[in-house]
Amino acid sequence: MKVAINGEDVELADGLTVTALLVVQKVKWADMVSVEINGEILNRATFDATVVKPGDKIEFLYFMGGGAVASCL
Amino acid sequence: MSLTESQIERYSRHIILSDVGGKGQEKLLAGKVLLVGAGGLGCPSGLYLAAAGVGTIGLMDGDVVDLSNLQRQIAHTTADIGTPKVESAAAKFRAINPDVNLRLYRDRLTADNALSILRDYDFVIDGTDNFAAKFLVADACHFAGKPYSHAGILRFEGQAITVVPGQSVCYRCLFIKPPPQNAVPSCSQAGVLGVLAGVIGTLQATEALKYLLGVGDLLTNRLLTYDAKKMNFRTINLKRNPQCPLCGAHPTITALRDEEQPVCDLKAGRP
Repeated sequence: MKVAINGEDVELADGLTVTALLVVQKVKWADMVSVEINGEILNRATFDATVVKPGDKIEFLYFMGGGAVASCL
Repeated sequence: MSLTESQIERYSRHIILSDVGGKGQEKLLAGKVLLVGAGGLGCPSGLYLAAAGVGTIGLMDGDVVDLSNLQRQIAHTTADIGTPKVESAAAKFRAINPDVNLRLYRDRLTADNALSILRDYDFVIDGTDNFAAKFLVADACHFAGKPYSHAGILRFEGQAITVVPGQSVCYRCLFIKPPPQNAVPSCSQAGVLGVLAGVIGTLQATEALKYLLGVGDLLTNRLLTYDAKKMNFRTINLKRNPQCPLCGAHPTITALRDEEQPVCDLKAGRP
């Protein structure tokens, strides 16, 4: 099935949960990412239960500091 | 307030803009913007705000200039190493525009000092470098009712969003709480192309100027992301999160508090 991730079309297997999607998309630090699907921010507690549907518009929103991931300045 | 001859000349390229004019320039001169952080983001935004004639600029930073800052913190020079960042940056802002009243706070923003400082300002620019500080800026601006520009930069990417408390999506709508300490990548994955600070910091200054002028559409309810490798800007539309712990229907954060800051010391070579 096709979905859009951060504005780009991506072909995915059916039935993926958001947790699985983060793995498939090789998101290195899943705890550093908020996920929005079709304009709604997902509660992290629902990542395991939320199944991605064809045509979903998915955005990975990343925590970003000021030139450092943590306080690495 | 009326503009002097020299101000009319200095700000002539603003004044001839139909959206600014003499009235708009007077609004900027009456405006008060607080820069939290005089580093990568705070330097470029402060330089442009000073040049633009924002009448009062607050500069808050507890650090001194370090050699490793100079790759991106554009208001500081080699000669400034060891000087408090607020003093180093203020000297450059003053040199550009002596009209500007500078207020220096050589301190970190804390849950204790935030509200009394924010009270005096119209707009806040988050130029902090860590998550604990970013959440504190967001929370403090919420409780003080002050609009702010949040931004972050990392590697070849940056992002920014403007928040008008009570009206638009807030930082905690997107990121409920700081990431767990063990989730934060090590220093070896960090780093930033210095110019990113200039791109994103000047976007923050633009938002402050638009807010003071009352011109255009603020970057609210949209996260702007910039990918320098692809040279691509995107805006992601966002809605307020009803479960937001700060501005949602049933807030759980009802008072200002300091978040814990994951420690990561590059010079010590860990983690």
